[in-house]
Amino acid sequence: MGNVRAAIEAAGVTKVFPSARGEVRALDDATLTIGEGEFFTLLGPSGCGKTTLLRLIAGFEQPTAGELWLYGDPLAGLPPFKRPVNTVFQNYALFPHLSVARNVAFGLEMQRVERTRIDARVREMLELVQLGELAERRPAQLSGGQQQRVALARALATGPKVLLLDEPLSALDLKLRKEMQVELKRLQLETGITFVFVTHDQEEALTMSDRIAVMDAGRILQVGTPGEIYEHPANRFVAGFIGESNFLEAECVAADGAGARFRIGGGAELTSEEGGGCAPGAAVTLAVRPERVELAAGDDGIEATVSNVVYFGTDTHYHLQISGGGTLLVREQNRGGAERRFQRGDAVRARVPARALRVLSTP
Amino acid sequence: MIDYLRRNAGARRAALIGPAMMVIGVFMLVPIGLMAYVSVLERGEYGGVEWQSLSLDAYASFFFERELDGTLVVNTDYLQIFARSFGLSAVTTVLALLVGFPTALYMALQPERYRNLLVFLVTIPFWTNLLVRNYAWILLLRNNGLIDGALARLGITSEPIDVLYTPLAIGIGLTYSFLPFMVLPIYASLEKLDFRLVEAAFDLGADRTRALARVVIPLAMPGIVAGSILVFIPCLGAYVTPELLGGSKSMMIGNLIQAQFGASRNWPFGAALAFALLALVLGAMMIYALKVRRGTSEARA
Repeated sequence: MGNVRAAIEAAGVTKVFPSARGEVRALDDATLTIGEGEFFTLLGPSGCGKTTLLRLIAGFEQPTAGELWLYGDPLAGLPPFKRPVNTVFQNYALFPHLSVARNVAFGLEMQRVERTRIDARVREMLELVQLGELAERRPAQLSGGQQQRVALARALATGPKVLLLDEPLSALDLKLRKEMQVELKRLQLETGITFVFVTHDQEEALTMSDRIAVMDAGRILQVGTPGEIYEHPANRFVAGFIGESNFLEAECVAADGAGARFRIGGGAELTSEEGGGCAPGAAVTLAVRPERVELAAGDDGIEATVSNVVYFGTDTHYHLQISGGGTLLVREQNRGGAERRFQRGDAVRARVPARALRVLSTP
Repeated sequence: MIDYLRRNAGARRAALIGPAMMVIGVFMLVPIGLMAYVSVLERGEYGGVEWQSLSLDAYASFFFERELDGTLVVNTDYLQIFARSFGLSAVTTVLALLVGFPTALYMALQPERYRNLLVFLVTIPFWTNLLVRNYAWILLLRNNGLIDGALARLGITSEPIDVLYTPLAIGIGLTYSFLPFMVLPIYASLEKLDFRLVEAAFDLGADRTRALARVVIPLAMPGIVAGSILVFIPCLGAYVTPELLGGSKSMMIGNLIQAQFGASRNWPFGAALAFALLALVLGAMMIYALKVRRGTSEARA
């Protein structure tokens, strides 16, 4: 982040909803800073509090505790129509009784902008999302992808300081979703507006974001760049939610400043560059990405048997049964075509490079 | 028979539509035809009609009065009654809308489990006879009645309020009687309204008033129109309320028609009045329908 201005700051933001059985802590002590011009993603499973945080920023809900600032100004008590923040809703929430152009003009009309300037801005926005020729249509006459673009144009028209996007791509089919991912990223770069993007799709988060906040059960677990989150997950939940991970229960054997050695069930020993501080004998959880495990027929590495082979076209997944107990998933790119190096039942050795082995704090 | 219907699509359609056509024919077309026929007959000496005569006198007497010497003189009494009926109906519709819309909006904003209870509460007045409910309004509105008495005792008024037997009393009574017909259609359209659209309006800078004017009311328009029609048209033909709450100087079309079939014994004129009312209502509805159709075709263009 460095010297970038903060667009949004949250300190200890908590939201408790009353429910039939006591209360629900939808957001618990969320503290984070979103920089100006960032594509910032709130990522987590449904019910993790990401949409609640978004609605608190938009002003649809008021926090139970904690404070929010927009460019240094406190947001507390400010109703949504007084916040220079616009939202792209999950269902788009386009006004069905207004044409595409009137939908896009809505925010400007609310600001009592001159008619001629509204018309010019609406044209500009519709050009930006490549919908110029559909200006007079009604939302119901548009496809899902087109409605999505109208929602974007409408939210961007007033030039908000921050754009909030609540799972905007979840209703689109896969191909359209990929297109819109590229489109969104382009819009964000062209407009320079800070985007706060909510999604439960980790791939979407990894490919689009400058930074990601991973959330679960109302708490922010880790904030970082996609690379940091993927390569150095803070805990088991993050490691499991972002991409696939193998988890191995292990015991610390020896540690020094440069790393540590661990023994897993079955006796194989693994070396990591992390975990330098572990006490010998302590139980830890190790994590390794399936694509970082190397398979060989040699005699060093973890002894295992191939229990299943799944062909994916671009790569092949090997499910291994570790001799001392536990399983391991290994992903290999199919550089050599459809030919498989190992078959079901083969005895193999799995090697985990020291750089690829993560030592996780307990979740 | 069944086999024949199975094979013949046309016959099947006729058999399905048959019952509905019969109901419409027997209970609507025949009475209306009878009324049309009566309206062009001459009145009988002692009530009823001369079945063999044919005359447009009934329609003429709407505008003209025959003097004793046989000349026709313009008479605006009946036109005034029509104008008053339309005026009172319009006022009633506006009042019902002003009270009904907020009520319906409140109902639609309640948690789902309370909504059905509220709809049920709105329909409770239908359980009692209209006549009884209008009598209740006499007790409420008359001088020394509940309202007058309370106002006097609170020192707000020193004179009797003199509301009963005025057009105001009719307006109050009609608004009360037809309010559910306004609330229910508006509620039906508001209940379907996606309140996330209101959030979107707030988000784009609309305050409550403008979100209401620009999003909620336009989207509730089908309900508002349906409710207004359901209030305005029965109001035009209202009989019980003006009879009980209105005075001799605030007669409405319904009472006029009743008088022709009753005390005045002028069936042809009563039938002609009923037809004039029907024609006006149909005309108004057709103008409205044309306007709506033009509106939607413009929106599509």
